[in-house]
Formats: sequence, C-alpha cells, structure tokens
Amino acid sequence: MADTMPSYIGRSVVRREDNRLLKGAGTFVGDMKLEGMVHVAIVRSQQAHARINSVDLEAARNADGVVLALAGAELKDVLPPISGMQVAAPKGWRDGMDPHIDIPDQTLVPYDKLRYVGEPYALVVAGDRYMAEDAAELIEGDFDPLPPIASAEAALDAEALVHDHLPGNIAATLHAKKGEGEAALEAAPHRLKRRYYHHRYAAMPMECRGVVAEYDSRTDSITVWSSTQVVHWVRREVANALDMPEERVRVVAPDVGGGFGGKGHVYPEDILIAYLAKRLDRPVKWLEDRHEHLLNAAHSRDNLFDIEVGYDDDGRISVVKNYFLVDSGAYSPVGAAIAGNSIAHFMGPYDIPHYEADCKVMMTNRTPNAPYRGAGRPEVAFAMERSIDLIANELGLDPAEVRFRNMIQPEQMPYAVGLPYRDGVMIEYDSGDYPEALRKALDGIGGLDEFRSRQKAALAEGRYLGLGLGCYVEGTGIGPFEGATVKIDSSGKVMVATGACPQGQGHETAFAQVAADIWNVPIEDVVVTLADTSHVTMGYGTIASRSAVTASGAIKDSSDKVKEKVFAIAANVLEASESDLELRNGSVGVKGVPEMSMTLKEVARAALPGWIHQRPEGIEAGLEGTAYYEPPTVTWAYAANAAIVEIDAQTGVVKIENYVEVHDAGTLINPGIADGQVRGGLVQGIGGGLFEELFYDEHGQLMTGSFMDYLLPTASDIPPINVIHTETPSPRNSFGFKGLGEGGAIAPPVVIANAVCDALKSFGAELNSTPVRAEQILNIIDAGVAAAE
Amino acid sequence: MKPPLLDILTPSSLAEALSLLSEHGDEARPLAGGQSLVPLLNFRMSRPAILIDLNQIADLAYIKDAGDYIAIGAMTRERSIEDSDLVRKEAPLLQEATTQIAHLPIRNRGTIGGSLANADPAAEYPAVVLALECELVVQSVRGERRIKAAAFFEDVLTTALEPDELLTEIIVPKAPSGSSSAFVEIARRHGDFALAGIAAQITFANSAPTDVRLAVCGAGTTASRLTAAEEIIQRDGVGPEAIKAASEAAASAVDPMSDLHASADYRRRLTGVMIGQAVEKAAQRAGVIS
Repeated sequence: MADTMPSYIGRSVVRREDNRLLKGAGTFVGDMKLEGMVHVAIVRSQQAHARINSVDLEAARNADGVVLALAGAELKDVLPPISGMQVAAPKGWRDGMDPHIDIPDQTLVPYDKLRYVGEPYALVVAGDRYMAEDAAELIEGDFDPLPPIASAEAALDAEALVHDHLPGNIAATLHAKKGEGEAALEAAPHRLKRRYYHHRYAAMPMECRGVVAEYDSRTDSITVWSSTQVVHWVRREVANALDMPEERVRVVAPDVGGGFGGKGHVYPEDILIAYLAKRLDRPVKWLEDRHEHLLNAAHSRDNLFDIEVGYDDDGRISVVKNYFLVDSGAYSPVGAAIAGNSIAHFMGPYDIPHYEADCKVMMTNRTPNAPYRGAGRPEVAFAMERSIDLIANELGLDPAEVRFRNMIQPEQMPYAVGLPYRDGVMIEYDSGDYPEALRKALDGIGGLDEFRSRQKAALAEGRYLGLGLGCYVEGTGIGPFEGATVKIDSSGKVMVATGACPQGQGHETAFAQVAADIWNVPIEDVVVTLADTSHVTMGYGTIASRSAVTASGAIKDSSDKVKEKVFAIAANVLEASESDLELRNGSVGVKGVPEMSMTLKEVARAALPGWIHQRPEGIEAGLEGTAYYEPPTVTWAYAANAAIVEIDAQTGVVKIENYVEVHDAGTLINPGIADGQVRGGLVQGIGGGLFEELFYDEHGQLMTGSFMDYLLPTASDIPPINVIHTETPSPRNSFGFKGLGEGGAIAPPVVIANAVCDALKSFGAELNSTPVRAEQILNIIDAGVAAAE
Repeated sequence: MKPPLLDILTPSSLAEALSLLSEHGDEARPLAGGQSLVPLLNFRMSRPAILIDLNQIADLAYIKDAGDYIAIGAMTRERSIEDSDLVRKEAPLLQEATTQIAHLPIRNRGTIGGSLANADPAAEYPAVVLALECELVVQSVRGERRIKAAAFFEDVLTTALEPDELLTEIIVPKAPSGSSSAFVEIARRHGDFALAGIAAQITFANSAPTDVRLAVCGAGTTASRLTAAEEIIQRDGVGPEAIKAASEAAASAVDPMSDLHASADYRRRLTGVMIGQAVEKAAQRAGVIS
C-alpha cells in the first residue's frame, strides 16, 4: 500500500453514527410505523413448570380491536421449533471434548407444557398495543403445576424432568483433558479445593428486543426488522419456518441500542412476528417491554464450580481439576458454546501442565441461558483468579507474585494450550506479554509496594483497603466465516457491505477506516452498509468479539478481488504494466509518475459493461467482489486488571477507589472506540460484581421483574476507570487485529471479590460467590470479630 | 406494559379537583408527579377508572414564607424545594433530604404532596415531616382539616386521607435558632429508596441538646420517630457514648422487613449506623463537636 495518504487505522476517527444517534435521529425498531400495522402482546407463563391443559381464547377474540388471538395448540402443526443447535459444533472440537450433546429444540409457543416464568403460551394481535394487552389479560389458561426445578444442582437429582427425553435434566456433557490430572494431583505438595458460584445476570441493553415484519404478497417476500445481532441467522430460521426461499426473506437490523450477546441468537418472536405478518398480510409489530425482557430475553452466567488445584511451595500450579454445572434454564439457544468457552479459557494466561474439565449443561425451570459479554469466561476467571488469591494466602505470598510465577512468558509464544477451541482447532495463544500487562496494571494503581504500605498504614487507623487482581485471555474473532461485498460504481465511491451487525459499536466508522486504508481513498468516499441481508448473500453476525477480525478479513478479501480488476483495467487504459501501478488518494497511478493516473471513478466507468468499455481481454465487467473470510482460528486478546477498594466496616459498603484494566487487542482500528468498548464492558462487569442479579426463589419464580429490583449501575455508581491499551499485533491476520467487544466485562466480579477479601484478610474473609453484597461483608466482619474474641 | 383504558380528568382549579374527587371517590386516583403511580399503572397493579390530573392546577405549587413557618403547596416539584433559598435557610433538613431523593430527572417531576400521600415507607419526605413536626393541610368539598404528621402515616402506602380528600399544603415550621440538622441515608445504589435513612434536627442551648428529633425511613411499615434514641441524646448529649447508646436504642426500636435487597437484621443495624452519622453530622454543623 503506497503511503500517499495517512492511514486511518489507528486513529480515533469521529464516529459517523453519532451524527444521527446524538441528535435523536436514529431509527430503532420501536420507531417504525407502517401503514396498517397491527401490534402484538404476548401472554407469558407465571409458573415455572406446568402442564398445559387448555387455553381459553374466546374472551380475547371478542375484545375490542382484536385481529387475532392464538395459543400454542393452533401453531403446533404450522410452525416448526427452533433447532437447539443454532451454532454447529465442528468435528475437531467434538473429538477433543468427547461431548454428549442433546440440546432440546424450542417450540415457539408451547402447547403441552410451560418450562419457565416468562415463556409464551398465547398471543394477541390488535389495533394497538394497549388493546392487545387488554385482550391478553382475558386469556385464561388451565394448567396443572409440576414440581419446579429451581437450580442446576437440584436438577441433577430431581425426579421431575424439564424435557421428558433428557434423563437427569442433562442437555450436554463435555470433557477435556490435558496431561494427567489425577496423577498430578496426587503428586502435588499442596491442594486447594473450593466451590465457587457465579450468579445469573444478563446483558440488559438499553433497547429491549423488538420485531416488525411486512409481507409483500405480490412478490411473496417478507421483510423483517429485528433488534438483533445476527440478521442472517434470523433470515435462515424465518425462511425455514415459513418454508420460503432465503432470497425472499430480507432481514434488517436498524439502529440497535445494545446487544452484548443477549440479541445474538434467534428468538421465537423473530419467527412469530414474520409468520403473523404473512398470515394477516399486514405489517405486524412487537416490542418487548422491560418486564418481558427481564423474564424472557436470555439470561447468562449461573455456573457452579467444584475446583481442585495442585501447587507447590513456590505457588507454582501443576494441575487444575474443574468440574462444573451450567444452569442453562429451560433451553440452550447456542448449544454448549458457553460451556465450551468455560472449559477452554479456565487456565487463562497461566502455564499449567495438567488440566481436567468435566461439565454438565443442566436444564432447569429458569429463563434460557445464552452468551452475554464474556460468555463463559467471567465464570472461569472467577474460579481461577479466586483460587490464585487463596493459594497466595495459604503460602503467605503476594497474589501478584503468584500470578507472575505462573504466567506464560513472552518467549513461550506462540503457546500451545493442549485443548481444542470451539472452532475445532487446537488452541495456540498467538502473541502477547502477559506479565508486562500485569506490571502495567500494578503501575496503574500506583505500584504494588506503595499500595501495600498504604494498606498497612490505613489498617493501623482502622481503615480497610484492599487490592484485587484479575487476569484473563480471550479467544476472539472466531469463525466460521464472515461475508463482505465490495463494489465501486461509476460514482467512484467504495461501497462496503458485510454481515457484521452492530448494536452501537461504531462499525460504520471502523469498517470505513479499514476500507479507506485498503483502497487508499479518503474515508468520506467509503459507504458502509451493515446488518441487511439484502446486501450480503451469506453473513454471520456480530457476536463473540469477532467482527473487527472477521469482517475486516472479508472486506480485504473481497477488495483484493476487485483490485485485480481495477489494476488490469487501469493498466489497459494507462498503457502501463500492472506491477508499476499503485493506489493513491482515490486514484490508480504509475509509481513515480504523478501525472499518469486515473481516478477510481474513471476506472469504474471503464469497467462498465457495454460498447464503450475499456477492459482488457478476459476481464469481466463491473467492479464488484464478494468474499467469505474463514479465519484460520481465533486471535487471543488478553488483559490484566487491578482495583483498589475500601470497605466501610460499619455498613459493609464497598467503595472502588480506582479500577485499572490493561487490555491488549492487537492493532486497534479506532482507539477511541476501543476505549469505549472496554470501559462499557467494565461497567457491566462492575454491575455484575456488586448490583445486578436475576434472583429466583425456590419455586422458580423470578423475583427481579423490574428495574426497581434488578439494580443496574448508574453513572453515580461507577468508580474512576483507567483503561490502558497495549497493542501486540496478531500474526493471524494481515491487520494484526484481535477482538475486544467482550473483554472489559470478564474480570470485575473476581477483581472486586479479591479486593474485598484482601481488605478483610485479617478477618479471614473468603468470598467465593457473586455478587458481592455489603450485608455479606458485614457478616464476614462480624464472624471475624467473634472469632477473635 | 401499558395501562388499561382509563379516563383522565384535568381540573384547572382546586375546587374543581375536589368536586371531581368527591364525585368519583374510590374510582379515582389523583395524579401528581406520577413517579410512583405511572409505573404502577403500566404494570396494571393500580387500576383506577379515572385519573384526576393535578398538574394543571397552578396555584397548588408554591413555597411561601408565612412568618413562623413555610407553606409549601402539595404540587411543588421536589426540584423547586431543593433549589429554594427560603427552604435552605429556614428548613435545611427538608432541603438536604430533597437532594437525596432518587435522581434529578425524577425530582423535576416528583412533588412533595405526591410523595407524602403515597407514603412509601422508604421515602425521605415522611421522615422529614415527622422530624419537623409539620402539619398537613387536607381539603375536600366537606372542608379543610389539618393533620399532624404524626397522625398522617398509618401503614405501608396508607395515610389518614379519606377517599375524597386531597393533600394541598405542607406547613413546615422554621428551624428554631440554635438548631442543626442532618439527613443521611444508605441504599444499595445511589438514588435508590433507602435501606435506612435518618432525618435529624437537634436544637442546642449552650452545647446541650434541648430538643431532639430523630425520624427513620426504610426500616418499618411507615417512617417513624425514634423516641428512645431522642431521649438518650437529649439526656446524655452528643458524646460518643451517648451516640452509641442512641444507635443501639434506634436499632432495637425499628421493626424492618426483609426483602431482596436487605435482611431485617441488616436494615436494623444500618438504622443504628445512620443514627450515629446523623447525630454526629448535626452536632458538627452546630459546632458542638468537631
């Protein structure tokens, strides 16, 4: 690439999305109004587990403004269930994990039994949402309650079954092994055995979900606007359910107000609303309200770990045994992907020779569990990073020192972990300097020794300060593929469309930067189209910290195809050799001869089909290329976190004084966007560490059905955050990119727990579950005081 | 989450509002700032057939200096109270408590009358009017009566208001000379309803407390005065021993509920901690302790 223009990659280009979003001029599903549009209210189960005898729709059908009322029985033979395997598992992974996977399909509207509070069992279509809700209230179900299975542990021994064909309520079992775990444990000088629980919380985007669909009977085609991260998945499932060609189903995600994984799979409503629009031949809208969102949008986390770690006198860990249960709720929309992530990420940045993992994905009467920012990694980071602190305590070492002693050193890169990744490829960490990240994090909080002396002085005054650390690695940019189409038409603009499907990340800007650099054009000349299946034939979507890597790869590969033609045509017109040509500021020109060049606009006109083209022999018309980038495997982002907390010993309240994350996602496209991403993730992690909890009682009732009870952190609750980016390029793609969408959210729960335990070390504090609550801290202090007396 | 069909009546005068209230009685709910009622309507947990919207009645929103007391119209926005120089000077406890109600956008809409008539046990204003010994003016087509704050709050979300009565004015006695106050509360998040909050106003003469008012919110079915703690401070002063004894007395006097956010024990304990902080703060502000 000729250096005739400054590179856009690496610059904090102002987000082009913000012009509309900050002016309130974005268009979200909720903003859509179509002629003749009707509205849906969904009737949802108030019971965790019940047999459906009958559903009486009579009164609702006769209510004002009602167009249609339906229950599961009417849809049973019309709409197939969504497959339990929205994500396929490749052979290499299956061979390595020895899994037994039997994820149940999800009936869109159940007719036989209800499996969680919030599950739909009927719906009403009416002239407006008010009338739809009025009629929904009139629907009465005759149900026989069944014994609720309220937790993963209870599910193991329960007589009742969430799905009759899944004995023991087990939807999947996975195993993984590196080295000889049992023997290594026998040989280890010390063992640590603990139970950890990472609680259930969820993505909670500002915009809840929503779907609008419009059917066109003239062309027998349908357009679905969904607040989703995966338009191509939605197209696949709608086409399948309605038995239509995918070409006749267009799915668009307009502006989307956050997703964080919670909108990263196909939900029953995506299909139901499309079906209703076709059946009624008029536009149909459903907007999820916040109560529905809390009940029905995917929850996440909720894992129980039994861990055993073997280590020596120096704190060197030789072995980890990791047995864990995933409470997947009543369904598991992305199969065993979260559990797979948990198994693969447990050892994090540490060099551990022996490892065994054994996991069961359990069905319970809770809301389905699907990936949320971190997706299996916060859970294992909690177990691993707590264990390291406990080992440090046992040996009287500083937790930082134990981390340094166990970390993979930069000279060990690339480092073979000895386990398969979810893409079927054996894990090899590609690049990075993990100890350096931790050193930088410690510098960020003012230095380890400095903190320890400050902590000591504070304790002498009766103040409790604590330091919490947390390190992780994250496989990012996963396949299977992403698609992109690049075109240059006779306007000379570079038009880029990809299957990436943003929810506020700034993709329009970031991919414009990437394409502007690939083409050496001013960024204003790049037009980016996203989240619309009509622009890219096959796409995958924005989940799993993948788009920077995979969509950029697809943009590059499709651009390369178009470039071949651009150079061939320019060579023909300029009567030069292709090898003497270069791209420079929107033109193609002969190297070293500034006056010999033609603009991309001129090339595009020369490429047109017809009588006056200037294409050389054998070059097809048009500047258009499509490519599907299939990454060789994932890239490995990593981070080190350090936070200082102070505990109010009278109230138990935790105050985070300072939170530092050193994050490395390879080459950054737009540091400003990257910073916002990591920061936003940290806020969600802090929310999960201290406030957010989806709380179920023993009957399987969700007790947190509104924002009165589900406590999202507000700006006032967030401490000063310092994000430090380091950039170690990935060797696995030509840009050096790694993913960073999820990173921030992974560490805060364990960093907070570790910091609190460090502050209350004198009381023998051990917090081995999340969230960390003030009341619990006060109990620890009480117990410590009582023990001392 | 949409409310069922209901009629909204928009009286433009108090007389009209009272007459509508008298006509519709239990069928109707007055709508003040809507910060509690509107979510309840949307959840269909409150289902009045009629809403009587008080927001068009301009002369129910005022803060007046009435000599010995401040008169505050029931429809006065919390934000106006927070920003009032008169309130800051003459009823600093009320001003400080107001700054701790939820978040600014909520205070822009929420009203003092709405908060008091709603009688949420964890809300700040009930504790403040108890501590300040305010009188609440209520009116109906039958006439006007004045209810002492101590007689107003009956149970969770239940007051002495009859169905045809409207709270129209709050009479806030000016803080006596030599008095000092503090409002402190603790919640899981900034701006949430308090797990325990204390409204304290203490009058000192020659550094000795002569009149001690301590009221708690968040730790029972209604806000309430903590008389045992008040007596201890009045008798023994504001030294560490007395504050400790008052904290313990307060903690054992309250009877809080357990919920998702805090156990009864924790709330009781926080009540004691908040008493300590409130008394200390008030005494510091009076210059009685440093």
